[in-house]
Amino acid sequence: MTPTRKKRLAVVGLLVLGVSTATAIALVALNDNVRFSIGPSEIVAGDYPEGRQLRLGGLVAAGSVSRDPASLAVTFQVTDCIHEIPVTFNGILPDLFREGQGVIAHGSLAPDGVFHAHEVLARHDETYMPPEVERAMALAGSGLVCGEPLEDHLATVRGETR
Amino acid sequence: MIWKTLKVGFHRLGSPPSFYRFSTLVSPWLWAGFALCTAIGVYYALYVVPPDYQQSDSFRILYVHVPSAWQAMAGYVVMSILAAIALVWRIRMTEIMAMMCAPIGAAFTAICLATGSIWGRPMWGTWWEWDARLTSMLVLLFIYLGIMGLYAAFEDRRKGARVACILVLVGLVNIPIIHFSVEWWTTLHQGKTIRIFGESSMHYSMMPPLIWMTIAVKLMFGAALLDRSRNELLTQDRRKGWVQKKLIQEELK
Repeated sequence: MTPTRKKRLAVVGLLVLGVSTATAIALVALNDNVRFSIGPSEIVAGDYPEGRQLRLGGLVAAGSVSRDPASLAVTFQVTDCIHEIPVTFNGILPDLFREGQGVIAHGSLAPDGVFHAHEVLARHDETYMPPEVERAMALAGSGLVCGEPLEDHLATVRGETR
Repeated sequence: MIWKTLKVGFHRLGSPPSFYRFSTLVSPWLWAGFALCTAIGVYYALYVVPPDYQQSDSFRILYVHVPSAWQAMAGYVVMSILAAIALVWRIRMTEIMAMMCAPIGAAFTAICLATGSIWGRPMWGTWWEWDARLTSMLVLLFIYLGIMGLYAAFEDRRKGARVACILVLVGLVNIPIIHFSVEWWTTLHQGKTIRIFGESSMHYSMMPPLIWMTIAVKLMFGAALLDRSRNELLTQDRRKGWVQKKLIQEELK
């Protein structure tokens, strides 16, 4: 390699390194603003004031969903397996909404501790499997429960069906 | 011995007439492979693979979404390597090829964003949210468009390519951000399903079309890159002797 090329290679390397470092520093500084949602525990800890618009993320607690038969109103609990926050919502829920599903509720916290959502989004849990596998899993009583690592859960699912 | 052959081959490819011959020879095979893999992939995706337990048939869109997303990012890495070679060694063919990666990558990014949005509306309940994964992917589209714009803004193509190559390397920082966004921050977008090391959270019966479509998309990227680069080369060299000779030869055939 000629000296000119060596120099150019060094400049290219420095360019990539410099841009990466600057971006990394900026992202670390912005860390709290880049996150999409906050969890129930942080709300219980009182980190966020009442009335402030925020996104609450967590799982829909099992057995907590109750629908008003006369309207679209629905109430449920959002949990991170440590704390639960009651949520009210009046609108159409996404297809993936169900008990045990990850959801993100956009709204604000009322003084009585109830979270009033004006938008509820469902999160997909990155697991894809055929319905038979899911049924076999349910029969074996191996549905994903709080505290169980996803990898262990998936190993159980695979063990059932292979 | 192998190293020497590779080196000679690489140097040959750097010469425009050799590249012209090589790409005319290779690209039809890549297109054929793309058509074959897509046919197999689409057949598997639509007829063979069982529906998902939660999403039933809607999940099948991932067989377009995921390979496009991967290719949008892989294409950027290919473009960056070509750009670095172009900046250090000033090989004209790598400049042209780096620049021709941009529109293909932009197309894959757009496909990824569009299919993701169509899927997100019923599943998440929204067309678009400003979460880290979605936003960084949109930034990738803008970077691609920026590179294309910058390259086109110069009268002198080589100068334009060299300036745009610097932008390519600056934008490279976005690729790890896209990849790790779902791990570094809480996002609406799910974490990764497919793992190269360790087990994927996708049932094995759903894998084959994903593999076929991924190969198909890679072949298509290669084919489109060779064709686009050849066309760009012909346009740039249209007044040069070797192109005139080539065109006369083809006329006489």
